[in-house]
Amino acid sequence: MSIILDISKVDMVFPTPKGDFTALKGVDLQIKKGEFISLIGHSGCGKSTVLNIVACLHRATLGGVLLNNKEVTEPGPERAVVFQNHSLLPWLTAYQNIELAVKQVFKNKMSPAEMKEWIEHNLRLVHMDHAKDKRPDEISGGMKQRIGIARALAMKPEVLLMDEPFGALDALTRAHMQDSLMEIQQKLNNTVIMITHDVDEAVLLSDRIVMMTNGPAATIGEILDVNLPHPRNRLALAEDVEYNRLRSAVLTFLYEKQRKVEVIPTAESTKTTEKAGIKQNTSSVA
Amino acid sequence: MTAVISKKALGIAPMSNNKMIMSFISEKVQALILPMAGIFCFMLLWSLTASSIDTSLGKFPGPHAVATQVVNLIDEHNAERDKADVFYIRQDERNKVRMAKDPSYQPKVRIYTGKETFLDQILTSLVTVISGFLVAAVIAIPLGIAIGLSKTLNTAINPIIQIFKPVSPLAWLPIVTMVVSALYVSPDPMFAKSFITSLITVTLCSLWPMVINTSFGVVSMNQDWVNVSKVLSLPKHVHIQKIVLPASIPAIFTGMRMSLGIAWMVLIAAEMLSQSPGLGKFVWDEFQNGSSQSLSRIMTAVLTIGLIGYLLDRTMLQLQRILSWDKSSAQL
Repeated sequence: MSIILDISKVDMVFPTPKGDFTALKGVDLQIKKGEFISLIGHSGCGKSTVLNIVACLHRATLGGVLLNNKEVTEPGPERAVVFQNHSLLPWLTAYQNIELAVKQVFKNKMSPAEMKEWIEHNLRLVHMDHAKDKRPDEISGGMKQRIGIARALAMKPEVLLMDEPFGALDALTRAHMQDSLMEIQQKLNNTVIMITHDVDEAVLLSDRIVMMTNGPAATIGEILDVNLPHPRNRLALAEDVEYNRLRSAVLTFLYEKQRKVEVIPTAESTKTTEKAGIKQNTSSVA
Repeated sequence: MTAVISKKALGIAPMSNNKMIMSFISEKVQALILPMAGIFCFMLLWSLTASSIDTSLGKFPGPHAVATQVVNLIDEHNAERDKADVFYIRQDERNKVRMAKDPSYQPKVRIYTGKETFLDQILTSLVTVISGFLVAAVIAIPLGIAIGLSKTLNTAINPIIQIFKPVSPLAWLPIVTMVVSALYVSPDPMFAKSFITSLITVTLCSLWPMVINTSFGVVSMNQDWVNVSKVLSLPKHVHIQKIVLPASIPAIFTGMRMSLGIAWMVLIAAEMLSQSPGLGKFVWDEFQNGSSQSLSRIMTAVLTIGLIGYLLDRTMLQLQRILSWDKSSAQL
């Protein structure tokens, strides 16, 4: 399959009052059409920065991103983003939120009737057609995220970017959403980059898991191929040998090779040396 | 067994219903009775103190004196209207008679120039404050959005806003009066000069809270919404119309309510100072008049001003409840 997205030797340097801060160093990743990629790593390692560079919400200091062999220079609906906090516009209903996107993306390509059908189709896809006239504050967190996904899918993106889409949800809702996402992915076969903290989520959903080292100057540490057959079932996989091998590979990377050491600010640690000591102990135990 | 349970259920259900109704009623009663009790205590205190203060214009007006004046002022208004009607009827008759005598006669129609009544003054002040406020809103909201969107513009304009914001509009009044006299020259003016002067004064003081709050609303807009707009590649005007404006509506309303409150206070003072028609002029005229009724008439005006200010704020709040998506910011 052809390479659709090429993240080419990306460096990201943020200027700070104390001097430049190198967030990313030499991030290089090629993604094939229809591939589902998970980006996993400890918080603060720059996963979101990678995603924002692909979306062009940030510009890379060095290197760049090619979509279908063309460099991307500004944000666009062909790289739709599902944000962590749903980011629905609270003054619009679910339907209107998607409508805003559809009207903008398919301005001269669809008739009003086709647009209506397309919006409703996407609402059905995420099982939210019953709540199309509800405003975001009238529905639950999981429902909001479903609408957020429907809005992104309605843009017919070439690459779907998801920034911890289920991070703010409770465990049960999250499992439910993962199943929904697998079902949708089975139908549409989108190219997806998803950021996650959740090891199970990464193994369950992905074709490849990209594990990032800790910052500063974070980069890709290891890439793990997930060759489990689709459709995947979380209950059946719980006993699966390959699944558990992959799972422990990710865990090993995160908690042995890239163990995150809590850094306690020096000013604070001199004041409360004892407390800091206890904190450090507990974190190493955990 | 089931019968027993259903009986129990039946027995419990009405009880809890009753309780709910009771608590509902007691809430309503509290919401009604407590303010009434407050007003009653205030009236009592007011009439007690009023009777013990002697001024050169007689006793300080108590609630009773004010109530009498309310009736008086409405009567005077009606009497004045009757006079005006009589005047117009007389004028018509006179013109008809002259037309009958001499068909080439051009009938003269004069407008009745009676004294403005209390109700006329209320109306004048209301029209002035609303017009000035609307003019300010038309300037301030686009300006606030522009400042909120552009850091450059914000840095450039901020010092000017900070300097002019604390200036009492009354300090502007002489300048405004002179400029309006010099520039607003027309043989047949659509509005009176005094109206324009008051309007500009109201606009000047309503401007700043609205500009500042609007730009604050734009700046503190949720970054996610801006990102959504970027990903959708919304054109600038759609971005402002669909994202920025709705997002800053709650802050805009906060600014508008502040502005309207200030505008109403300032207008009364400006009318007193510049002798422009309105409630302020009514108060000043009564003060200069110095009759035995003056103080109670002024007191009536004071209460009217307060009541209208309250109603203006309530109207804005109601408008906010209808227009704003953020119901929590429209609480009180």
